[in-house]
Amino acid sequence: MADIKNYTLNFGPQHPAAHGVLRLVLELDGEVVVRADPHIGLLHRGTEKLAETRTWLQTLPYLDRLDYTSMIPSEHAYCLAVERLLGIEVPIRAQYIRVMFDEIARIKNHLLNIGTHALDIGAMTMVLYTFREREDLFDVLEATCGIRMHQAYYRPGGVYRDLPDQMPKYQENRFKNAQTVKELNEARSGSLLDFLEDFTNRFPVYLSEYHTLLTDNRIWKQRTVGIGVVSPERALQLGFSGAMLRGSGVEWDLRKKQPYEVYDRMDFDIPVGVNGDTYDRYLVRMEEMFQANRIIKQCIAWLRKNPGPVIIDDHKVAPPSREKMKGSMEELIHHFKLFSEGMHVPAGEAYVAIEHPKGEMGVWAVSDGANKPYRIKLHTAGIPHLAATDEMCRGHMLADATAVIGTIDLVLGDVDR
Amino acid sequence: MSAKLERLSRQLQETFGERIGEPVLALGELTVAVPAQNYHEVMRQLRDDPAFRFEQLMDLSGIDYSEYTGYQGKRFAAVSQLLSLTHNWRLRVKAFATDDEFPVLESVVDIWNVANWYEREAFDLFGIHFEGHPDLRRILTDYGFVGHPFRKDFPISGYVEMRYDPEQKRVIYQPVTIEPREVTPRIVREENYGKGGGRG
Repeated sequence: MADIKNYTLNFGPQHPAAHGVLRLVLELDGEVVVRADPHIGLLHRGTEKLAETRTWLQTLPYLDRLDYTSMIPSEHAYCLAVERLLGIEVPIRAQYIRVMFDEIARIKNHLLNIGTHALDIGAMTMVLYTFREREDLFDVLEATCGIRMHQAYYRPGGVYRDLPDQMPKYQENRFKNAQTVKELNEARSGSLLDFLEDFTNRFPVYLSEYHTLLTDNRIWKQRTVGIGVVSPERALQLGFSGAMLRGSGVEWDLRKKQPYEVYDRMDFDIPVGVNGDTYDRYLVRMEEMFQANRIIKQCIAWLRKNPGPVIIDDHKVAPPSREKMKGSMEELIHHFKLFSEGMHVPAGEAYVAIEHPKGEMGVWAVSDGANKPYRIKLHTAGIPHLAATDEMCRGHMLADATAVIGTIDLVLGDVDR
Repeated sequence: MSAKLERLSRQLQETFGERIGEPVLALGELTVAVPAQNYHEVMRQLRDDPAFRFEQLMDLSGIDYSEYTGYQGKRFAAVSQLLSLTHNWRLRVKAFATDDEFPVLESVVDIWNVANWYEREAFDLFGIHFEGHPDLRRILTDYGFVGHPFRKDFPISGYVEMRYDPEQKRVIYQPVTIEPREVTPRIVREENYGKGGGRG
């Protein structure tokens, strides 16, 4: 009889389901995965090393490039770490704005995850719908800071500027007639908060549509129920956090347990899974989007009523306003010093963790008192999750490997740094 | 929060005594240095002892202290961020490797499985060897990479660059051609800089 050997399959780095540049070396026994060995680092840019050669403020935009599907929470963790080292308090309005944008990022991230996860395992339509909603949220970000993706909107000490009073509007062209443009611009006639409120009112309807499409869908359930089961004990051993940990039934959310900014004033619930499989994690993410929507609503209501400063008035940390700078020598010097030499952060170290849409995002910042970080260590949720692929894939079919990669919400920029 | 951490700090001293360094509470975070020879057993007890119950190793990373202003001591350390879900507190554990030339520490993969990739990363970037690690390969750098890029004496632009050579019709490595440059120098200001009276 012929000698039957295990077959080694190279998955990626340019596979459409590899979510970026993941190389997965799979050892197969027939169609069953015996061992999965992820090779990462194809997108390694040395962010932490680069940070050591840039000033504290110049480092900030690199954080956006980590998880390029939800950039703002990464900035948030970094800003909180710098603020803790500096010992400064952020204005309350800036805290609300940060919470609101974190939740926008959460919705945006989960929409992408669920859309592409469904795409990976055979449901083409989902991604078209989820990208439609993401587009509205991108418009919000663009109106706020001028950039759709890599915002650099949060700064140590607050946020770069206040929310705008108006939204950009569609204009008539060859493809859009006056009637269409009028309909499209209806929600955009007011301020950014009006547009966002309109979105939060529409969003639960969209969510129920997604539930109709997927939650009871037979094929979706066949592909996800019982796939990649992780017990709560193993989830802790494997360093899981975020939706991955909650999907396994561990009730742990940093927004509730170690609240930062104004999360302790927000009214929201934490969804928890039961079986720890792919389907439960999907349900957790769906519910998280609904809860994020609730938080955004509360933030909008507060922000409407309470105007105020959005960045601290300490010009050793935050730049003075443009108008003041043009008229005063002192402010000009502050501006010049801040953007050339940069701020000096007192010697010390801080590890700040936040609830990133993917899990715990931690920044360990070490300063020796210089204008540049001595060392920045970025803990991103993706690393332990991807490291667990081996365990989650074992004994499953080859096709389920895609389902597992989808469920860990993989972004390689986040893993490779 | 800090009352809780003070309690943790006392418990650490009572339980471990001489086996660990003095716990330091700063900026609302607790840090403790552990000598390399006690590292593994202390970590195991931190996980299993009901008084501590650090179920999760959130992060483990290397650090090279060789250029830290005013620092004298061992060069390399592995720094772990521990998290206890039961008690809802965090602890940072620093283990300094005794030999600067060939840093070795015990692996904690058997205590927290997640340490596997973190230790591979610390090995890859800092050259810290972890004894007892099941699979200590490079992880982030290229296949066949030489050196440990996050050490302070490794230049930011590296030593080699890669390009396609049309004559040999393949990708080749060659010494870097870009000049090192520093736009903003690294400065540590004297104390009270910019805080003095009048124009500062």
